[in-house]
Amino acid sequence: MAQLSHRIAFSDEQAMLLETATAFCREKSPIRAVRNLLGSETGFDRAVWDDMVALGWSGIAIPEQHGGSGLTLAEVATVTEPMGRHLLATPFVSTQIAVQALLHASAAQQKAILPRIAQGAIATTAMFEADGNWDLTAIETTATALRLEGAKSMVVDAGVADIFVISIRVDGAPALAILDRADLQSRILPETIIDETKRSARLDLTGIEIPAASLITGQAAREALGAIRDAALLLASAEAAGGIAGVLDVTVDYLNTRTSFGRKIGSYQSLKHACADILVGLERSRSHLYHAATLCAGNETAEIALRMAKTEACEVFAYAGDRAVQFHGGFGFTWECDAQLYLRRAMWLQYWHGDAAHHRRKLADLLLG
Amino acid sequence: MSELDDFRAEIAAWFRDNRPPEPDFLLPESFMEVGTDAQFDYLRNWQRKIYEAGYLGMAWPVAYGGGGRPQIFQDIVNAEMVRQKTPFVPNTIGLNWAGPLILAIGTEAEKQRYIKGILNAEDIWCQGFSEPDQGSDLAASQTKATRDGDHYILNGSKIWTSLGSYAKYMILLARTNPAEPRYGGLSFFLAPMRTQGIETQPIRKLTGEYGFTQTFFRDARIPVDCLMGREGEGWKIAMMTLTFERGASGGQAGGTARLAPGVTDVVELARTARRDGRPAIDDPLMRDQLVRFLIEDQGDRLCAARGAIPALCSERPQAIPLSQKLRTSEHRHRLTQFAIGLQGANAARWVGDANAFEGGKWQRAYLNSFSSTIGGGTSQIQANIVAERVLGLPKD
Repeated sequence: MAQLSHRIAFSDEQAMLLETATAFCREKSPIRAVRNLLGSETGFDRAVWDDMVALGWSGIAIPEQHGGSGLTLAEVATVTEPMGRHLLATPFVSTQIAVQALLHASAAQQKAILPRIAQGAIATTAMFEADGNWDLTAIETTATALRLEGAKSMVVDAGVADIFVISIRVDGAPALAILDRADLQSRILPETIIDETKRSARLDLTGIEIPAASLITGQAAREALGAIRDAALLLASAEAAGGIAGVLDVTVDYLNTRTSFGRKIGSYQSLKHACADILVGLERSRSHLYHAATLCAGNETAEIALRMAKTEACEVFAYAGDRAVQFHGGFGFTWECDAQLYLRRAMWLQYWHGDAAHHRRKLADLLLG
Repeated sequence: MSELDDFRAEIAAWFRDNRPPEPDFLLPESFMEVGTDAQFDYLRNWQRKIYEAGYLGMAWPVAYGGGGRPQIFQDIVNAEMVRQKTPFVPNTIGLNWAGPLILAIGTEAEKQRYIKGILNAEDIWCQGFSEPDQGSDLAASQTKATRDGDHYILNGSKIWTSLGSYAKYMILLARTNPAEPRYGGLSFFLAPMRTQGIETQPIRKLTGEYGFTQTFFRDARIPVDCLMGREGEGWKIAMMTLTFERGASGGQAGGTARLAPGVTDVVELARTARRDGRPAIDDPLMRDQLVRFLIEDQGDRLCAARGAIPALCSERPQAIPLSQKLRTSEHRHRLTQFAIGLQGANAARWVGDANAFEGGKWQRAYLNSFSSTIGGGTSQIQANIVAERVLGLPKD
């Protein structure tokens, strides 16, 4: 079996980013703000987005020549973790995944689009289709003579995105089309998803004509799809690792407050030991996350590390959310209990870009032959 | 090539050339499992050979028998022993717990008297901390040491004494002041085992093997100079010993203390073992389980790396160290249990059966893995510690 690396690098710059982002998310996304946005149409607060843009976060991974900071996915993951912890409603992750794809676009395409994103334009990637296949190269949507045929599903933040990176098949090969909001007009159809802090839509693409200049094809398209997968796995791991810490806080607070049969319920070992298990899972998840981030930042092969990180963080988060509801007892069964917000987030993340069983099957082939 | 690279090449060659031949009996997995004279002699000779080659106690002072070299040399030796999966050295309690303690706080006389014998395996050491009635609660120790002129008189009993039958010395925690029921009444001794009134009774383990003893003290008289530090400092010194035991502070003589199978060994096992007429590694359910273990193992190794980065541990700095025993012992326990199941119907064979897989070492490893999930504070106690000290949940 191949020897796995155990390296984690974390720069002073990342440490500062983590500190800043932790304070920012705590301030901007208290749980009442999360709840206030649940029923809103756009699902996010434009003023908070503008603050994030002003902090330079939308351009973290965009090269300096296009108005960004020229940093890596590792820095993006670092600010994403506290966003997950505080359930911050934001199109940040969608936009950053699109940025990673666009780094494989032509020089002219990058020059036209990346500066807009650095200045606050929202972007997203449209990858999945009706059958829910996680394989990003299993694409049914086609472009024949630059006329699209097909539909995309689970397009996160489509309702507010300015720029769309859409996977299609051109002459049998995977390709990407970069479209503007104006190109899609009335084709963005909202979906109802399990995580009410997020927004998703279906894109009905049939009949839309696209300019040739909007396409990424050939090797660049394959690399862009790989970059989308890597970024999605890393940032889902970051959101989930943050989410575990967030839901553990909610649970521990309640266990330290609620009394039953004359004692704090946190003194009961049946509850205490599950919390210890969740903490152990949190520690392992964060370790996997920052290791995978280290490999991504160094442009090293990160597939094993990323799939491990996604598997561990999302599985632990799903367990932590499940136990949080259970440990709140009758209150946990109600809408008012915050545990459900985390559990629903955990379920969204688990089934987004591959669940634990999917990644373990891929890992088995990578690790065991 | 640098000096260290030269040294790496030197010791890689030395261990390759000097590794003792495989014995015709199953070696123990750790110093806690040494149960027969044949196992003990084999491992003691191995330690002596390594020491005489200059590869043990390399960073200990020359004056007491050490090598006086920088720690990095010993680290290279330890890593090579792990890499080549050599047999371990048996005097772990001396080399890595008692020895560093004596070097840290012992008197000149104590250093002169004990260190050399620890290194060359002439003097085997054991530990007398746990007692039959106190479980994981060390501070409740009842074994008495009563001052009588130039001697202390020992009465009571210690249990789970690894190498108790072979040891010449014991690091002993005993109560010198019965009026102080907990910490303040305890003192620390370097006690000679071959003393009238000290007897060891082997304990048979669930594997059927031996390896521990219960140690009985019946009016055993030991000289007053066996007291380490002062009366009443026993708890403090015992806690310092535990930091060496847990590897939390440096100063160990080195060598490896166990040769227990890990997750990559289980992957290799899955390639050779057969289930339902095909290699176990082709079974999708076994593959899924193997990957779970690989993710978990990798997670723990990465925790060790992240633990060295303060900015990634600032919120709960104790989380990684305090959960370490719980994480790794439970992992090993479940891993060895799973490894047995890879063997199909042959999984039910036991040590000594001619057709047992690798001599039955996996079956034995599973049953022995309880020593880490129970010894040194059970996993249930560990989970309490993590929940209470790291998460701040209330005590029972």
